[in-house]
Amino acid sequence: MESLDPTLLARIQFAANITFHILFPTISIGLGWFLLYFKTRFVATGKQFWMDAYQFWIKIFALTFAIGAVSGITMSFQFGTNWPGFMNTVGNIAGPLLAYEVLTAFFLEATMLGIMLFGRGRVSEWVHTAATWLVALGTTASAFWILALNSWMHTPAGFEMIDGKAHVTSWLEVIFNPSFPYRFTHMLIASGLTVSFLLAGVSAYRWLKKDASEAVMASMRAGVFVAAVLIPIQIFVGDLHGLNTLEHQPAKLAAMEGIWKTQQGVPAVLFALPDEKNKTNNFEIAIPNLASLYLTHHWDGEVQGLDAFEGKHPPVAPVFWAFRIMVGVGLLMLVVSWWAAFELRRKSGPSQAIAKILVAMTFAGWIALIAGWYVTEIGRQPWLVYGLLTAAQAASTVPATSIALTLTIYLALYVLLLGAYISVVFYLANKATQPALKQDQKAVPAKVNLAELRHA
Amino acid sequence: MHDYQTILTSPAEWLPLVFALIMAISMLAYVILDGYDLGVGILLRKAADIEQKDMMVASIGPFWDANETWLVLGVGILLVAFPAAHGVILGALYLPVALMLVALTLRGVAFDFRVKAKAHHRPLWDKAFYLGSLLASWSQGFMLGQLITGFKNDTFSYLFSALIGLCLISAYRLLGAGWLIMKTEGPLQLKAVQWAQSSLWISGLGVVAISIATPWVSPRIFDKWFSFPYVLMLFPIPAVTAILFAVIARSLKRLPTRLADNNQYGAAIPFACTVGIFLLSFYGLAYSLFPWLVIDQLDIWSAASATEALVVIFYGVVIVFPMIIAYTAYAYRVFWGKSTALVY
Repeated sequence: MESLDPTLLARIQFAANITFHILFPTISIGLGWFLLYFKTRFVATGKQFWMDAYQFWIKIFALTFAIGAVSGITMSFQFGTNWPGFMNTVGNIAGPLLAYEVLTAFFLEATMLGIMLFGRGRVSEWVHTAATWLVALGTTASAFWILALNSWMHTPAGFEMIDGKAHVTSWLEVIFNPSFPYRFTHMLIASGLTVSFLLAGVSAYRWLKKDASEAVMASMRAGVFVAAVLIPIQIFVGDLHGLNTLEHQPAKLAAMEGIWKTQQGVPAVLFALPDEKNKTNNFEIAIPNLASLYLTHHWDGEVQGLDAFEGKHPPVAPVFWAFRIMVGVGLLMLVVSWWAAFELRRKSGPSQAIAKILVAMTFAGWIALIAGWYVTEIGRQPWLVYGLLTAAQAASTVPATSIALTLTIYLALYVLLLGAYISVVFYLANKATQPALKQDQKAVPAKVNLAELRHA
Repeated sequence: MHDYQTILTSPAEWLPLVFALIMAISMLAYVILDGYDLGVGILLRKAADIEQKDMMVASIGPFWDANETWLVLGVGILLVAFPAAHGVILGALYLPVALMLVALTLRGVAFDFRVKAKAHHRPLWDKAFYLGSLLASWSQGFMLGQLITGFKNDTFSYLFSALIGLCLISAYRLLGAGWLIMKTEGPLQLKAVQWAQSSLWISGLGVVAISIATPWVSPRIFDKWFSFPYVLMLFPIPAVTAILFAVIARSLKRLPTRLADNNQYGAAIPFACTVGIFLLSFYGLAYSLFPWLVIDQLDIWSAASATEALVVIFYGVVIVFPMIIAYTAYAYRVFWGKSTALVY
């Protein structure tokens, strides 16, 4: 076991935990606002189907929130156990930001969630709506603080180093550091998109199961239309975020684009197998000069390649590929959401084809999300705090065997929970569908073939 | 070194004190609040049928998530206010912490999965709920044992810690049973009285074991308790603890007949007195350990973060802490009284 590298293991363990964790807050942030929308529509119109939609989605919200909360507890321990050097060096900045997240967000959302879930009938309708507001605000506030810290680790600002420790000179500059506005917006929209596709996918699943109740159609419409609006904005914001990365973390950008040499008139690489050893791309398919155009807005603009950051750039292939997966899923979302939105203008509902595609893309947001986070987090390597502290410097002294043991247990647990989560989401959708089937026999689209559905 | 005058005038002196206090309050809140949750989880296996299980889970459903947040705050303050101690303590407790985290995760997700997953998976999630609660409790007791014995790597301290783990299971069980006596009615309530009775003596053993062991770990702690006049001033702590145990025992003896008459008078006594025992034990422990975070190695001043960072967090705490307490109290008021089935 001596050959195990504790730093690498600590990194894998932290990455595994944070990858698993981020899936769930991403849904609860967006879903909280969708629930608030359903709830306020119900209060405004008095129509029962808004409450039906609310009551279906709150079950998934509660489940999602619980998994997010417990996996978040693990994070709060691992900050210290896996990266003691992190707190020792930048604790004066990370500490208060984390503390404010717990104080202003965690308690608020956890306490109000109890009232939101179980309080109807015990509190007045407006207190219940207020609790729904506070849960949505709490989840978003939590994202605010943690992304302020994460962004600061990418583009540190507002501090000075005294005796190897960071000391704050301006909290405004620390919180609103150069990459924060882009990352925060990008992440919130990503959350909205993830939930939109979840709503659309699960609703399409119920619709395919012949449940065309108003609650299902309202959820599907909400999901599809929000996705159709958000995705072009996301592409625009993502582009701005990329330009911000070019300015502040050029090595990450060079890895994303697969640019090995500093040059003018840089091509946009569509496909390649980056070869780290020989510092080149194999099987490259590229469009000449395009990268210069969109990165520098000049046909012949110069872009720094990886050769400018010898020994201080991230591993290229994972960043390069994660970036392409994120962009690919994003483009797919654009096509699918617009197509579905176009079809949903009709009263009769979506076509079989798009409904099945929506079901297949229920968790598409997760794939883009994880790919995007891998771009930015692996792209920051070898740094933990960009230009200040490397991951190796911050690593812990816990024995490799202990990390390996716990890592194995965590991984097994996460695979189990992820499987259980996805199957329960569809199980709940199935269960909700059955009573609707009895009531809405007439609303069932006539041409649907049951045998075909079982395969879908 | 830390005389009263400098403590009052220099932020570098009093801020660590304030944060040690906030951390202690958070940990105490966690132990009591999640303690009854975990206790109910440990007792889940003993329920007669599904209805009783649902009622037990319903009694803690609205609270557990916020209860667990106190742990995040407690550990969060250890991390941000005393980073040096966080590294030493959680490094030494790495494996029991991991066990606790896995157990808390299982317990937390089982809350939702047990009612949302397919019906035939339900017994499995109930088992996960029980095991999660049990292992989380044991590992917390084990960690407490390790903290008291100063993280020594010898057989005696491991055995002692394992014993404290068992005692804490029992103490949480007592707390959970007290909670159920207070929050439920009918056959479940009567069962909870029996559960409380069977938890009482091992919980008492735990208190006694910790009280005996702590002074022997360090001569400094021994002096703090047994030198004159402290021994007289501190005598009320064990005395009142013993009285509280006696009150619980008497109340548990009388409750069944009273409950049979549909008389709920005194149904909150076992829970309230158990909370009292936790408060006194915690106070005694805090008195023993103070000002050390790691006994005789690391005190709160040498482990503290830079004053400037503490000041920033302090403002947040001063503004937000009362709000947290206010809306937590509000949530408990909303769900006051006997719990009802949870549907949403």
